[in-house]
Amino acid sequence: MSGQDSPRPRGRSPAFSKARRPWKRTVVDRGLDALMIVLGLAVLFPLLYAAATSLKTPAEVNRYPPTLVPRVLDLGNYTAALETAPIARFLLNSVIQSGAVTVGQLVTSALAAFAFTYIEFPGRGALFFLFLSTLMIPAEVTLIPNYMTVRSLGWLNTYPALAAPFLATAFGTFLLRQFFLTIPRELWDAAVIDGCSRRRFLAAIVVPLARPAFATLAIYAFLSTWNQYLWPLLVINSQEMRTVQIGLAILQSQESVSWSLVMAGIVMIVAPTVFLFLAGYRHVVRGLTAGAVKG
Amino acid sequence: MSDAAARAPVRLRPRSAGISGLAAALGYLIPSLAVFTVFVFYPLVKNVQLSLYETSPLGGLGLFVGAGNYVQLLGDPAFLDSLRVTFVFALYTVPAGILLGLPLALLANRRIRAIIVFRTAYSFTIAVSIAAAALIWEWLLDPNVGVLNYLLGLVHGPKIGWLTDPRWALPAVAATTVWKDLGFNVVVLLAALQGVPDELMEAARIDGAGPWRIFRSVVVPAISPALFFVGVAGTIGVLQSFGQVNILTQGGPVGATNVIVYSIYRNAFFNFRFGLAAAQAMLLFILVLILTGLQFTVFERFVTYQ
Repeated sequence: MSGQDSPRPRGRSPAFSKARRPWKRTVVDRGLDALMIVLGLAVLFPLLYAAATSLKTPAEVNRYPPTLVPRVLDLGNYTAALETAPIARFLLNSVIQSGAVTVGQLVTSALAAFAFTYIEFPGRGALFFLFLSTLMIPAEVTLIPNYMTVRSLGWLNTYPALAAPFLATAFGTFLLRQFFLTIPRELWDAAVIDGCSRRRFLAAIVVPLARPAFATLAIYAFLSTWNQYLWPLLVINSQEMRTVQIGLAILQSQESVSWSLVMAGIVMIVAPTVFLFLAGYRHVVRGLTAGAVKG
Repeated sequence: MSDAAARAPVRLRPRSAGISGLAAALGYLIPSLAVFTVFVFYPLVKNVQLSLYETSPLGGLGLFVGAGNYVQLLGDPAFLDSLRVTFVFALYTVPAGILLGLPLALLANRRIRAIIVFRTAYSFTIAVSIAAAALIWEWLLDPNVGVLNYLLGLVHGPKIGWLTDPRWALPAVAATTVWKDLGFNVVVLLAALQGVPDELMEAARIDGAGPWRIFRSVVVPAISPALFFVGVAGTIGVLQSFGQVNILTQGGPVGATNVIVYSIYRNAFFNFRFGLAAAQAMLLFILVLILTGLQFTVFERFVTYQ
């Protein structure tokens, strides 16, 4: 993970460069540079084209052949999208859901990870295994009973229904525990000798030291909750409680609505996660590769 | 005070630290345990129970049918077809995801200026939700105004109804999925490539190995755990696909994209056959468990760890 963005000296990837003559090396490298740019544009094409189309005037949208870059930038699709569906309300709902889940996961995971790292108790291994076992249970298996639970609690179309099932996570507990284990044991020993309580040690020492791990978990939790689809679809029926992902369907389902308007809606609901992704790229990577790759 | 006090704690520690340790630990574990109990463990048991009953349209337990729901499913051509569709979907999606992700990860592992820009671009789809991805692709695949048919038209190709033609619907949904998952594959494979020691490749180069040989005999074995992880995690993820199907095709045309989770969703929340849907979910669970088991046992032997 450490090599993620370490400023290594400029050079060629060993896999691609044999001992070539300098001019040939340059040509190959330039070629690879160009290939990388083309591939980057290809990967991003659906998004870039969607964003470009969201800024086109209705006349230009229907032009044949289609234009890649809008000739005049027009925000009409955005105002129309906001009029067609209460997108601001959807955004608020998603912020509340994702925010609550993120805070909840940080708290529950930090507490559990602390117990697994610093407290010795009988059955610790078994309980940790029990936590990890929740990772192997696909959401579909708990879907129907959870829907029934939420319904019997009278929580359909409420924020608790959107957030409650996700307030604890074995992944987060695992991630934080891995980090806590790297905190020098001497700190804990010193704290114990000084008569520092567990609670205080967690709040004053562990939490500040583990900020990078918390950031990773927070970004991961927010991103994955924001992008949820199936669960919000089940527990929310009312228009004003929809999250952004479900709200998008309103734009799509209206026959009169043009694709450029849908693309404007997509840009608005994807923008928050894009900013989060760009700002916290390293954390996203760390979150995704935790447990995926050894070392 | 001296003797007894000095010895007593040592002797008592295991037991008293045990009980008081457990009490203290539970204080920290209870928030998580409460959530898991209500939303993971209880529903898991409840789902097993549901799968053994006929249920009322509201989900109440009716007649106990034992394995009846399972027997019915395994004899139901529609369910077997949805299993087949799910497997074909995985076959379209997972290998393609690796074949596209690996070259991108290799390029993203070059040591050039501004490489972070490329790494971000190649893994960008992580930031995109499945709903947004599906809507964008629905538009790209639109038979009349979509880019794909426009490009086909330029080479005088036929106008294809990507999402309405039974032959093309599943590949089209798979293409959407491959694009959406590409970012994840790149991130995992790139992390693995960054862990391959330079000395390893240097040694191979000194022995006269060319780029292809180095790739095949050094790089691939070194990142085989990650390749395997992407394969298994990708398959598990694809088995659970729902959003793209719900948005793009609703399982159609004529069941061509009726993957298992979509079928569960229809049975439970449209046909109100909760017992049957619960049994379907159990079968999916077993599939996922088998794959997870594979990851932990069989392939450990064939995969090179450092």
